[in-house]
Amino acid sequence: MKWIKTIFSSDYGMLGVLVILCAFFSWITLEEQQPEGGEAAEVLAQSIEQSFQTPGRVLIAGRKTDEGKAFTVRLNQFLTQAGWEIAGVVQGGPPELGQGLRSSFDQNKSLDLLACEKTFVKLAVLQNFQKTESKMSNVEVMSPRSSFWPNFLKASNLLNVANQIAVIAILAIGMTLIIITAGIDLSVGSLIAVSAVLATWVIREWFGGDEATVAGMITGCGLAILACSALGLFSGSMIAYFGVPPFVATLGMMMVGSGLAYMLSGGLSIYQLPESFDWLGRGDDLGGVPNAVVLMVVLYLIAHTLMSRTTIGRYIYAVGGNPEAARLSGVPVKKILLGVYASCGALAGLGGVIMASQFKSGDPKYGLMYELYVIAAVVVGGTSLSGGRGKVFGTLIGAFIIAVIQNGMNLTGVQSYTQKVVLGLVLLAAVLLDMLKKRGWKLSL
Amino acid sequence: MITDNQYLLELKGIEKHFPGVHALKSVDFELRGGECVALLGENGAGKSTLIKVMGGAHKADSGSLSVRGQVQHWEKPTDSLDAGVAIIYQEFNLVPGLTATENVFLGIEPADFGWVRKSEEKEKVGEVLRRIGAEIDPNALCDSLTVAEKQLVEIAKALIRDAQILVMDEPSAALTKKEVEQLYLLIDDLKLRGIGIVYVSHRLEEIERVADRAIIMRDGERVGQLSRDELDRTKIIEMMVGRKLENEFPKETRSPGAVRLKAKKLNRGHKVRNVSLEVRAGEILALTGLVGAGRTETVRLLFGADIADDGEIILDGEKLELNNPRDAIEAGICLLTEDRKDQGLVLGQSIKENFGLPNLKKFSRKGWLNGGSEAQSFEGYIKKLQIKVSGHKQLASQLSGGNQQKVVLAKWLERNAEILIFDEPTRGIDVGAKFEIYQWMNQLAKAGKGIIMISSELPEVLGMSDRIVVMKEGEIMGELTNSSEVTQKTLMSLAIGEKVEQPA
Repeated sequence: MKWIKTIFSSDYGMLGVLVILCAFFSWITLEEQQPEGGEAAEVLAQSIEQSFQTPGRVLIAGRKTDEGKAFTVRLNQFLTQAGWEIAGVVQGGPPELGQGLRSSFDQNKSLDLLACEKTFVKLAVLQNFQKTESKMSNVEVMSPRSSFWPNFLKASNLLNVANQIAVIAILAIGMTLIIITAGIDLSVGSLIAVSAVLATWVIREWFGGDEATVAGMITGCGLAILACSALGLFSGSMIAYFGVPPFVATLGMMMVGSGLAYMLSGGLSIYQLPESFDWLGRGDDLGGVPNAVVLMVVLYLIAHTLMSRTTIGRYIYAVGGNPEAARLSGVPVKKILLGVYASCGALAGLGGVIMASQFKSGDPKYGLMYELYVIAAVVVGGTSLSGGRGKVFGTLIGAFIIAVIQNGMNLTGVQSYTQKVVLGLVLLAAVLLDMLKKRGWKLSL
Repeated sequence: MITDNQYLLELKGIEKHFPGVHALKSVDFELRGGECVALLGENGAGKSTLIKVMGGAHKADSGSLSVRGQVQHWEKPTDSLDAGVAIIYQEFNLVPGLTATENVFLGIEPADFGWVRKSEEKEKVGEVLRRIGAEIDPNALCDSLTVAEKQLVEIAKALIRDAQILVMDEPSAALTKKEVEQLYLLIDDLKLRGIGIVYVSHRLEEIERVADRAIIMRDGERVGQLSRDELDRTKIIEMMVGRKLENEFPKETRSPGAVRLKAKKLNRGHKVRNVSLEVRAGEILALTGLVGAGRTETVRLLFGADIADDGEIILDGEKLELNNPRDAIEAGICLLTEDRKDQGLVLGQSIKENFGLPNLKKFSRKGWLNGGSEAQSFEGYIKKLQIKVSGHKQLASQLSGGNQQKVVLAKWLERNAEILIFDEPTRGIDVGAKFEIYQWMNQLAKAGKGIIMISSELPEVLGMSDRIVVMKEGEIMGELTNSSEVTQKTLMSLAIGEKVEQPA
């Protein structure tokens, strides 16, 4: 039991939980994987090379789909390079395959290999040939070998996980800073809506909707982020200067923000946006990694540096650990609080912009209940609600734990209601761990 | 009926240890019915611990406590009340949002299946309040009552539970003169009803008025008792401070230089009234008085932790505008708070980080921390101050009091402060570390810094300071140059409000 304690006691103890979760979902979603397109061609070319000492004559068959075309084109390249004589390339279904085979045999040359996609192997037309055509007995039929790989661990799924959690993870950076100062921000969900609506509204009203230029879009998004930052600053000043409890101040701001978003949009979606507006939310300019995920990673690196390498970071921890001692040591407690709430607002604004970009519209219903998922990510990540302790990367791990659980349950077909129950229990377990950690692993009843 | 030889309350050989402190050393205490016994002693003499033992809040390590000859073994906090002992602490145990009646009956409501019999409550409360001569609206929220009225509610609470023994901790501390007179009358009346009263106080004049007997404590020991005829201020003071001065203070002779810090007529609410003082270069100024005399409140003004209503603070001839501690630290003033855990340190952070907190400008460039230079500098202090730690990454919460104080000292030494204010610098610190801190204070004074030391411990005040300012109730009662003619007696008389002739 001791090693379990040691793992959980460390700063990034939840990383172990994340790894276990990933292993679990990998195991449970392990399935036969059929390669497609160019990838399938590569796999097949490899197995051909292994089973034939010398190249011969080959007929290539693929479906009429994009995947099928990619398969045939790529395989054609590979085999030509390897010295095979290409008897023909079939693109289509059973009739086309029949024609292809017939014409290869008609040329009075022997056919050594039929290299086709998996679906062709079981076609009746092929089996007929094998029964009736004597020349067919010399023909080897090969298709790309399938492999076993977990659906969960497919690159596309992992990027999907990252992309889905990006908004929550970005918001959770700001929330981490606030919770480290022993505060809380309930308004981030509303600020998402404010930002999404304001950004799209500005683009529609001031920059001509779908005709808007890049500069126009940047201006709209920038204004939205600034506005959210200002709203965060307002909550911060209520807390720092008037001593309003953070819970109450941001609860008020949550309602104000939600109301503002509805007022500005008239309760309707704003979708008059240029085609390129989805660049941030759906684009993937960096080797297939979604832009939002790249942005998230960059922001986490910045936040981690801020918290561990700068005076501001040190002050934030001190304010959360003991505000009075910090003040008496000359820490500008009020300014730190203001800054933290303003940056949380700005990050919520950025989250709203990303969401508007993902859905290519602005809607006052965006971000509903997000504050709860964001707080959950922070808490699961090991940041203490009583302040003074916590790590930015812990929050990233927390966000991914939530995303992985959600994704894994989606893949295994768990109902969304059940998912909520599980997520709630995970949150409770995380808080319980935090409590036990603080009490030195003793239950006090 | 209680006979004369049976005590209402009797404590025998009570021992109590706290980590590092021997709080009670075989203390005996006895109280008869209809008697008022005053419990006297300096701050930290063990009075509070003793009454907490009487109330069952602390369990004695050894010794016995009996009520009417019956030895008591209390487990729950309410057990002492059931046995008839009620403690009225300085901080009242009242729920502010409930009415006087509701507070009086809290926990013992007369009820049928959860329904409170309000008429019965009303009747009983009315009777008790009449009995103690209290004119309080029983339906008033406790929040809206004055301190004196709250005290009466506490007394009513005790009486409704048939308490025979009433322990009052500094009951007159927050009362007006008139209210105090009322309280004395009430005590006389309660005595007539056979109730025994333990009266804890600093104020000697009221002891003479109200007590039948006084028991005096010092350093956790009962040093003696005085009967009513023997009650005399000089005698009491002698017994309270009677310990011999050992050579625990490395006092040096210094010749203070020019005035460095000067406060002119500082005021803040009732706590600080018209306070003027000055500290010279190379001088240790002691600020003494009883707890609550306004000493801490005064130095918080000098440090910008609170803002004065009016008055001036002048450092090296320049007037300071202190809006927060940051300003004071910039100017070169620093404060080592009395409460290190709540105000001096961020307990959850490492000692290095605590050390760096006011010095980050030095250990950073354009906001980027240079953790290496910070650690290096702190390692130097660990050696210099002989701080006993496993390394600079150790959490502040894991250190002993003395070592925590040294970390706080290190952080201000690094800051190179010109004026150092020590608030009870040796409270809760073991003897060895105490001596080292005294030596540092001397060394700093020698280097020309101005030092203010708040202390309630008179031997420490006399042993360390060059000049002494005595405060009471927010005002300066007297300023003395420390010399062999100044005694603990002189200081104590000033602290409890007797003007004395200032020795030359």
